[in-house]
Amino acid sequence: MFRPLPDSPEGPTVTVFVEGQPVVARDGETAASVLLRHLGTARITPVSESPRAPFCMMGCCFDCLAEIDGKGSTQSCLVPVREGMTIARQMGARKVVA
Amino acid sequence: MMIFDVAIIGAGPAGMQAACDLRRRDLSVVVLDEQPAPGGQIWRGVERNCQPGSHLAQGLGAEYRQGADVARSFRASGADYRPLSRVWQIEESSKEAMAQGWQVFVTRESQAEVIEARRILLANGAQERPVPFPGWTRPGVLTVGAAQILLKSGGLLPEGPVWICGAGPLPLLYAHQLRKLGGQIAGFLDTAPRDTLRRGLPHLNGALRDWKSLAKGLGWQAGMRLSGLRRETGVTQLRAEGGDRLERIRWQTPEGEKSATAGVLLIHEGLVPSVHPTLSLQCEHAWSDAQQSLRPVLDPWGETTRSGLFVAGDAAGIDGAKAALAKGALAAIGIARSLGVLSDARARHARVAGDRALSKARAARPLLDSLYPAPEGKIGDDTIVCRCEELTAGQIRAAARRGAADPDRVKAETRAGMGPCQGRQCGYTIARLIAEAHDMPRADVGFHNIRPPLKPVTLGELASLGKTKA
Repeated sequence: MFRPLPDSPEGPTVTVFVEGQPVVARDGETAASVLLRHLGTARITPVSESPRAPFCMMGCCFDCLAEIDGKGSTQSCLVPVREGMTIARQMGARKVVA
Repeated sequence: MMIFDVAIIGAGPAGMQAACDLRRRDLSVVVLDEQPAPGGQIWRGVERNCQPGSHLAQGLGAEYRQGADVARSFRASGADYRPLSRVWQIEESSKEAMAQGWQVFVTRESQAEVIEARRILLANGAQERPVPFPGWTRPGVLTVGAAQILLKSGGLLPEGPVWICGAGPLPLLYAHQLRKLGGQIAGFLDTAPRDTLRRGLPHLNGALRDWKSLAKGLGWQAGMRLSGLRRETGVTQLRAEGGDRLERIRWQTPEGEKSATAGVLLIHEGLVPSVHPTLSLQCEHAWSDAQQSLRPVLDPWGETTRSGLFVAGDAAGIDGAKAALAKGALAAIGIARSLGVLSDARARHARVAGDRALSKARAARPLLDSLYPAPEGKIGDDTIVCRCEELTAGQIRAAARRGAADPDRVKAETRAGMGPCQGRQCGYTIARLIAEAHDMPRADVGFHNIRPPLKPVTLGELASLGKTKA
C-alpha cells in the first residue's frame, strides 16, 4: 500500500515489533504509519468486526486505534516510533483488565 | 503553580507566529501540541526533513521549506514548548485569585496535568471534510492529507494502482509532490462541477491580488496534463469495492459509469475548521455558506464570544498557511492588548501590517471556495456515515424523520456521533441528513453538543492528575 522513498530512510532508524515481527522504521514515523505499510490495517471494529486502517493520520478519525506497548485504544497516528516499541492491532473494544 | 500569561494550543503556523510575537513582548507562553515536533500539518516534520541535500525537502517544495525558518524562530522564542501533549479539556478557572484565567487539562506520556493561563489561544487548525461514500471505511482508502502526512513523517509513497479522487488545492499539490519524488498515480478523479468558468469568473479579479498562488495552482494543473495522467472530470457516485481490502473503484461521469482496479484511493473534499474546543466551550459560531462549515465568531482581535479565549489560523476559517501566520500575529496583538501590555492605540497601529498581509493572503479564497464547493450528491441509505458506531445514512435518516430536527436527539436515539471521534467524522453529515429530512437550511440545524473530554482519557490518566507536582 505504501513504500519508502527510494533514497529513504534519510537519517536514523529504529526497530519496532509489529505483532512480534521486527520492523525497521524511520525516526519520526508514527506507529500508525508502520501498521499501515506492514499490516495494512490497524484494528478490527467492535461493532461489526470489520478491519479498519488509519484514515486521517492526524488524530481525528480514531480508525488507527491500536495497542502500543500493551496499552489499548491508543491513537497510533499520534505516537512516534521508539526503539523496541511493541505495536499490535486493536481487536474489538479495549479490555479494561489487561 | 506557575500561571502562564498565554497557553497556545497548536504549534502550526498560527501558533508558532503568535508564540514568537508574544514572547517578544515578554509574556510567558506555553505551547501545547499533539505532534512530536513543531510545524502543524502543513509543515509537519519540517525540521527533520529540511536537512541539507534532502531529496524529500526538495520534492515537498519551497513553501514547505519556508516552515523551517518559522520553526527555528519558534524554538528560539523562549516559549515553553510541550510536544506530544493531548488537550482534553479547557475550563474557565474558578480560583478567585486569578482575575481571569483558564485551566487546560492535558496528557503527555500518560501523565495528566492542569496548566493555568490568563489567556488561551486556540491554533488547532483544520481537518479534511468527511464526505461519506460506499466503501470509505475499507482499508486502502485514506485522505489525501493522510497520504501527505505519511510522506512528510515516514517518507512513504503510495503504491498499488493509486487513485486520487476529490477537489481542491491539496490533491493538486500532493500529485505534484508525488511526480517530483518518483511516485506513480493511476488517475485523478476530479469531483469539482464542470462549469468552472461560470463559477470562478466573478471571483477572478479579486484573486489576482494573489497572482503568485494562482500561478502555482495553474502550474500544478499544467504539470498534471503534461504528465499524461488519466484525468476524469465531473466525477460523482464514487464507490470503493473489495473485501477486507480495496480492490476496485467505480464512479460516474456525465458520460456514464466507469471502474478501475485500485490498491490505494486517496480522497479529499476541502478542509473544515477544528471547532470541537470552541463548541465545547459554547462560544458562538457562525455558518459559512461558502465553506459549508462552522467557525467561531471572532472580534477583530481574534477573541471569541468568551472573554480571554482567542482563535487563530485555519481553526478560525479556512484561509491557508500564509493567512494563518497573519492571524497568529494579529491574535498576539489582541492578546497583548487584552492583558494590558499594549494600549488600544498602539495595538491599532501594530495591526496595520498584519491586516494587510491577511487581506492579501485571503485574496484567492473566494475563487477557491467557488471552484471547489462541498459535494452535495445524495448519500445512499447503505453508506456508513458514523464510522465509529458504524451507522448508515438510512438509519440516521429514519431517526431524523421520527423526531425533532436536533442532532442531539438523533445521537441519543442512534449513537451517531457518540463514538471516540465525537462527531469529527460524522457531525456535518448528520446535520445535512437532518436538514434534508426536515427540509430546512443546513445552517439552522447546528451541531450536536460537544461534551468533555475533547479526546478520550483513561481512568489511569485521570488518577494521575492528583499526582501532578504543584
